[in-house]
Amino acid sequence: MNFPKGLYYSTDHEWVRMEGNIATIGITDFAQDELGDIVYVDIDSVEEDLSKGDTFGIIEAVKTVSDLYCPVSGKVIEKNELLEDTPERINEDPYGEGWLVKIELSDKNELNGLLDAEGYKNQLS
Amino acid sequence: MAKRKHTPFYENHVAAKGKMVDFGDWKMPIQYTGIIEEHRRVRSTIGLFDVSHMGEIRIEGDDAIDFVQRLTVNDVSKLAVGQVQYSCMCYPNGGIVDDLLVYRFPCHYLLVVNAANVDKDYQWLLDNRADDKIEIKNISDNIAQLALQGPKTTDVLRNLTSIELDKIPFYWFARGKVCDVPMIVSRTGYTGEDGFELYFEDLDKAGYVWDQIMQAGKKYDIQPIGLGARDTLRLEMKYALYGNDIDQTTTPLEAGLGWITKMNKGDFIGRDALLPQKKKRGLKRRLICFEIEGKRVARHGYPVQKEGEEIGHVCSGSFSPSLEKAIGTAYVKTGFHKSGTEIDILIRKKIVSAKIVKPPFYKEGSHL
Repeated sequence: MNFPKGLYYSTDHEWVRMEGNIATIGITDFAQDELGDIVYVDIDSVEEDLSKGDTFGIIEAVKTVSDLYCPVSGKVIEKNELLEDTPERINEDPYGEGWLVKIELSDKNELNGLLDAEGYKNQLS
Repeated sequence: MAKRKHTPFYENHVAAKGKMVDFGDWKMPIQYTGIIEEHRRVRSTIGLFDVSHMGEIRIEGDDAIDFVQRLTVNDVSKLAVGQVQYSCMCYPNGGIVDDLLVYRFPCHYLLVVNAANVDKDYQWLLDNRADDKIEIKNISDNIAQLALQGPKTTDVLRNLTSIELDKIPFYWFARGKVCDVPMIVSRTGYTGEDGFELYFEDLDKAGYVWDQIMQAGKKYDIQPIGLGARDTLRLEMKYALYGNDIDQTTTPLEAGLGWITKMNKGDFIGRDALLPQKKKRGLKRRLICFEIEGKRVARHGYPVQKEGEEIGHVCSGSFSPSLEKAIGTAYVKTGFHKSGTEIDILIRKKIVSAKIVKPPFYKEGSHL
């Protein structure tokens, strides 16, 4: 299983990639594997100000449904439109084309509460 | 929790990178490459399922036919030797003990029951044997069971057996050798496709048989199929799943299994309770099929509403890989059950519209 270095990880199995003040968020390789085939993503929080731990959408797999939790606080500025027709991109490329939302961070210090790749991997086992 | 049981094919699942999960008392593969791909493989060519977790109970003796007739709702007297019948066992109140297949052999019957219900069913049979001259044996642990399903099944299996497969009609079986191992070869399944289920006792040969079938099926890109796709395949046909669509609180008539419930065959356990349900307006609720526009999936237990009033709940719900939309079954109050009726389903606080449709959802199956 793949956990790229340089990303932040949450114990809810989301990853965060920082560019300036913008956080791109997705689910980890572990999460997509656990969910299995993803058939639908519903993100209804664009333009909303969310706090860390809020749900920003849901993800439907064949077998199960899961809430998506904000790993950081901020405003949702964009969602991945590609997933509307091809949600399977999350399974195929969870850290690339399968990203979910971009959030403008309100408190960069929250990143300190997240894990690095090694830390995330260790708490899985 | 006790250690989960392994089927004789466990090593094959691990080698095929099956994702093993706890399923009742068993460790079973939920999927290998992915539910959607496996589902489509069965619909298009052929898939191999390990269903050894299913239970087998043997009924033998002078009174075997009368006993099975009294314990099950379908008419066993109509079964010829070599024939199979879908049936249910009911409690006196009409609730379902289990759904099952009844196999008629020259001198005994074989009941094939759900994995999770084996102990309960066996006990129920023992408790109801009364003065019948019969022997009831739970032989579940001695039998390996595989299902080969899909339109190319006969083409693949033909290479492994001298049994004349074309002479076995749907819901009949033959005995003979497959891969030189003695088996029961039954033209049955849980997918809506043509296919066979294989039962055999030589458990040491299980891995060998699996490998031989996988080898023979290469030409058609055979794949092992996990429980995930088994569930989506059966749901597309509206085949009932015990614990979801039917259980001790539902009757066969409510579940749309009137076609196997033979009220005129004589007495059977549950008949008195089912009789009033046979009358006009005797059913308070019915199991219906629904389709959702869009891909939000309605799952087990979600409330079903009509104009704000709760009229039932979802039993089975999944994304349908063949229809590429969300489908499911639900019990709704009689009167709201007709196909074409628009209903609302409460999916985690969101109201989503759905429509009642006629079964099966998938109408292109190679053996309906």
